[in-house]
Amino acid sequence: MLSASQVAENYFLESRHMLLEVAAHFDRYDAAAARESGGIVNGRTASGQGGTGSMGRLREAAAILAAPHADRERTVALLELFAKD
Amino acid sequence: MQIIQPHYHAIARTAQDYERMAMSGVVAVAEPAFWAGFDRRYPETFIDYFRQISEFEPTRAAQYGIRHFSWVAVNPKEAENASLTREVLKHFPEFFAKPTVLGVGETGLHKSTKNECDSLEAHVDIAMKHGQLVLIHTPHLADKAHGTKRVLEVLAGMNVDRERIWIDHVEEQTIRPCLDAGYWVGFTLYPITKCSPKRAVDMLEKYGTDRILVNSSADWGPSDPFTLQECVVEYRRRGHSLQEAIEVFHNNPCRFLGQNPKFDIQPIRVETLAREPVSA
Repeated sequence: MLSASQVAENYFLESRHMLLEVAAHFDRYDAAAARESGGIVNGRTASGQGGTGSMGRLREAAAILAAPHADRERTVALLELFAKD
Repeated sequence: MQIIQPHYHAIARTAQDYERMAMSGVVAVAEPAFWAGFDRRYPETFIDYFRQISEFEPTRAAQYGIRHFSWVAVNPKEAENASLTREVLKHFPEFFAKPTVLGVGETGLHKSTKNECDSLEAHVDIAMKHGQLVLIHTPHLADKAHGTKRVLEVLAGMNVDRERIWIDHVEEQTIRPCLDAGYWVGFTLYPITKCSPKRAVDMLEKYGTDRILVNSSADWGPSDPFTLQECVVEYRRRGHSLQEAIEVFHNNPCRFLGQNPKFDIQPIRVETLAREPVSA
């Protein structure tokens, strides 16, 4: 079994990569939403206010990940979140 | 679709990669001098390495119908050895005379030390004096923004032709100042540590396609030459036309690398032919 510091180090770059992909997904959504509304691309508005649908689910998931403490496994919490209709 | 891989460390890859690249449309690769995974100690080691990438590697690529070009440089990670750098630089002109060497690269910064900055300046200076192209490596991960800023500062203090300089490995936080300063930029697609195909397409959509190159680097570390093809597919599946893809993945490398007349592959345009009448 790995130590806590080993876990932190061994998977850091992989998690960094995945978080950047998620960030890019939000930016891509914002840019597309701004194009559709004829507005200016603003990465801090559209996805921020878009609390519905798949982007809203992702925002909820990000909030679960950002919480400093978890009362259960985050993986379980996210799977249940994504299982909601 | 015809693709040019403008940054590719072929000596670290197998012939099978050449074969698969050829099967997926790659018509040319350009190989910058790279770090060997350890710091080399002798100028002669570099000279033989430069011979390998400028004399032998083109013959290996040619077996698969791929044109191979190369660049010479002391890697930024080895620039702390200033005397070694000076000795190796003395040999650059003999490689500039080789038929497939396009210029100086990849020079650049790793930790942005004084010795690295001096080496970068010396590399750019010799390239400009000999009318060569320049490929500049920018640091990875946490050093990216600071290192790119230092690269721009070093270049700003020199008399350079900005259109002949390509600043590579740019990402979302570094692309704009490099483009605004008039340089070419490159996205390097890596499975984990650099840019991803999707993020590269995001930047193409945001900044346009002028003065942008896309490459997969592909070296001896965790890397994959076919992230470039992944990027082509991602670009096309978002609705960009075949010609637009050709402009990015074939014609832009032709435009930048073609500033050196040794790179004689020309930009291409797809043409739709009129239907011919069916004969009875």
